[in-house]
Amino acid sequence: MAVMSMVEAIRSTLAAEMDRDERVILLGQDIGANGGVFRATEHLQERFGEDRVVDMPLAEAVIVGSSVGLAASGLIPIPELQFLGFGSQAFHQIEGQVARMRARSAGRFEMPIVIRAPFGGNVRTPELHSDAHEAKYANSPGIKVAMPASAYDAKGLLAEAIRDPDPVLFCEPLRGYRLQKDEVPEEDYTVPFGEARVLREGDDVTLVAWSVAVNVAERGADLAAEEGIACTVIDLRTLVPLDEQTLAEAFARTGRGIVVQEAPLTAGFGAEVVATVQEHAFWALEAPIGRIAAPDVPYPIGAIEEQYVPGPERVLAEIQRVMEAA
Amino acid sequence: MAGSADTRQLADGGVRVEPPEPLQFLAPDGSLAQEYEPALSDEELLAAFRLMLLSRATSERAVNLQRQGRLGTIATPDGQEAAIVGSVLVLDPARDWLVPTYREMPAMIHMGLPLPRFLLYYRGHPLGNQVPEGVNMLPVQIALGTQVPHAVGLAWGLRHQGSDAVVLVYFGEGASSEGDVHEAMNLAGVRQAPVVFLLQDNGWAISTPVAQQSATGSFALRAAGYGFPGELVDGNDLFAVHDATRRAVERARTGEGPTLIEARTYRLAPHNTSDDSSRYVDPTQLEEARARDPVPRLRAFLSERGLLDEEAERRLTEEISEELAVAVREMESESEFAAEQLFEHVYETLPRRLDHQRRALSEGDGEPD
Repeated sequence: MAVMSMVEAIRSTLAAEMDRDERVILLGQDIGANGGVFRATEHLQERFGEDRVVDMPLAEAVIVGSSVGLAASGLIPIPELQFLGFGSQAFHQIEGQVARMRARSAGRFEMPIVIRAPFGGNVRTPELHSDAHEAKYANSPGIKVAMPASAYDAKGLLAEAIRDPDPVLFCEPLRGYRLQKDEVPEEDYTVPFGEARVLREGDDVTLVAWSVAVNVAERGADLAAEEGIACTVIDLRTLVPLDEQTLAEAFARTGRGIVVQEAPLTAGFGAEVVATVQEHAFWALEAPIGRIAAPDVPYPIGAIEEQYVPGPERVLAEIQRVMEAA
Repeated sequence: MAGSADTRQLADGGVRVEPPEPLQFLAPDGSLAQEYEPALSDEELLAAFRLMLLSRATSERAVNLQRQGRLGTIATPDGQEAAIVGSVLVLDPARDWLVPTYREMPAMIHMGLPLPRFLLYYRGHPLGNQVPEGVNMLPVQIALGTQVPHAVGLAWGLRHQGSDAVVLVYFGEGASSEGDVHEAMNLAGVRQAPVVFLLQDNGWAISTPVAQQSATGSFALRAAGYGFPGELVDGNDLFAVHDATRRAVERARTGEGPTLIEARTYRLAPHNTSDDSSRYVDPTQLEEARARDPVPRLRAFLSERGLLDEEAERRLTEEISEELAVAVREMESESEFAAEQLFEHVYETLPRRLDHQRRALSEGDGEPD
């Protein structure tokens, strides 16, 4: 089995899906001759032609908005937002149009669109390139939100997203593009949405995370293990749909837990996780559920972003806090 | 006939483009320009007039139903019938596509949307926006401007799959201020998408007059900036609109790309049934606009041609009245919706979390599983 980085897994999956289904077309800025600013689409235009790997004007609203029409015409468009932070320039098309077209047309028009969007911090991008905006989209009914943390899941979730007749926001962590490497089978497989991955099981504290924060949670769990604290680590994989059952079972067992997110604290998806857990497992809880998040401040300029993005030391400190609670 | 745009070199080296006069074949008194012979047959002309009358009659009936509480808020196309009918008639409903806003009722009917289905939308019924299979139009757009990128993608996608279909998209001078419209027209030019942009300048974006919407003398001039043709037409002249659209559709179909048509018309009714336009419309201006009403203009032409007399129009009106009565009955016979049907078309397969919410709403069971 080959070891692949996340970006390699994404690139090979796009190619495989384009081979499998000629309705699949890619559109976005710099995805053609340049192969994408992160090389996620490298050589795909050479292989599939300019009609299926389409370089677009610098205009997010029409990159997403034209995908609505492409989908209505019978194609499976995969628009790339160069950075999720610029999704704000297309948010009205994503939330107002893509997400609700099936509902507002009472089923006449499906939107099998996969919006790929790199995001996340600690890679020294310029301003507005790093923000973790996933909660806005999770609060937009009609679109699914996938946030892979591993190269294996990047392949399986992306293939699943492309074959899903409903729209998916597929968030790709910049920090994980090259650093995150896993064994990825060559053969075709999909990872179903709404089924969280349990990375390790421990009886003391449950850590819940998604995307690149899973890695932070894992490292926090490693530090805790050195102190004799055993953690369960859950990777949600998709925020929409949400795997409530795995959350409920883990918290029922550990009674203590923490959500780790890269987004700002207030109204982040971690709040939804905490609310969901207390609905299902309130009587099993032995301590208030902790939240590790970025502070409620704008994403900072590069040189101080390590102060903003939560790291494993903050996770360890919170693990110790919830362990000490009565 | 139309003039051409005039380019003036300014003393400081800048260039200013002055708009031409709008293309016009049919004068407000119903007289036809000498050199013009309608491209529409007598039957097509009468069908166009019937569609315009149906539109006007539906507006009147719908506003009455709204006042009685039987329909929700509705925006009518009164005064814009020639701009809408004149353009949509060019489309072949079997292969072409329409991307409408809420104000293009006669265009939807031309494409095959059943009248009861149109009315159902304004009843606030979720099936009202379910365009039937085989009817080539996207659902009515409410967030004005957002439909224009959809139209460009649709045109591009159809062409990508080998079709020679053309997409006609409507928007107003108000929506033309939206960034989406700029992005969409720019992309259409780049991709040579087979799309016709039909901009209706009806003078008003609710209460904002066109002079406060844009400083341009003609929205059609913007096409030059996107690298495709633009044309200004008298939007109350069925023939001018039809002529410009026919040429635009032909270009699109043969691979020559998009066209922007500005149909200059006038909104004779309030913005919608919630609007009191007497607060901002100058009554003198409205009276002047009524003199340019496209319906009497076409009626005068048809009478002059011997295609229509009072008796024929009386029969037409009765026929339309009956058609409307049947449509209203059918619209009102559609059953109410139950809460659980909120969930029916959100995703192809309902996620478990939503299924819990569905059961909680429909059975009053608020407990999570």
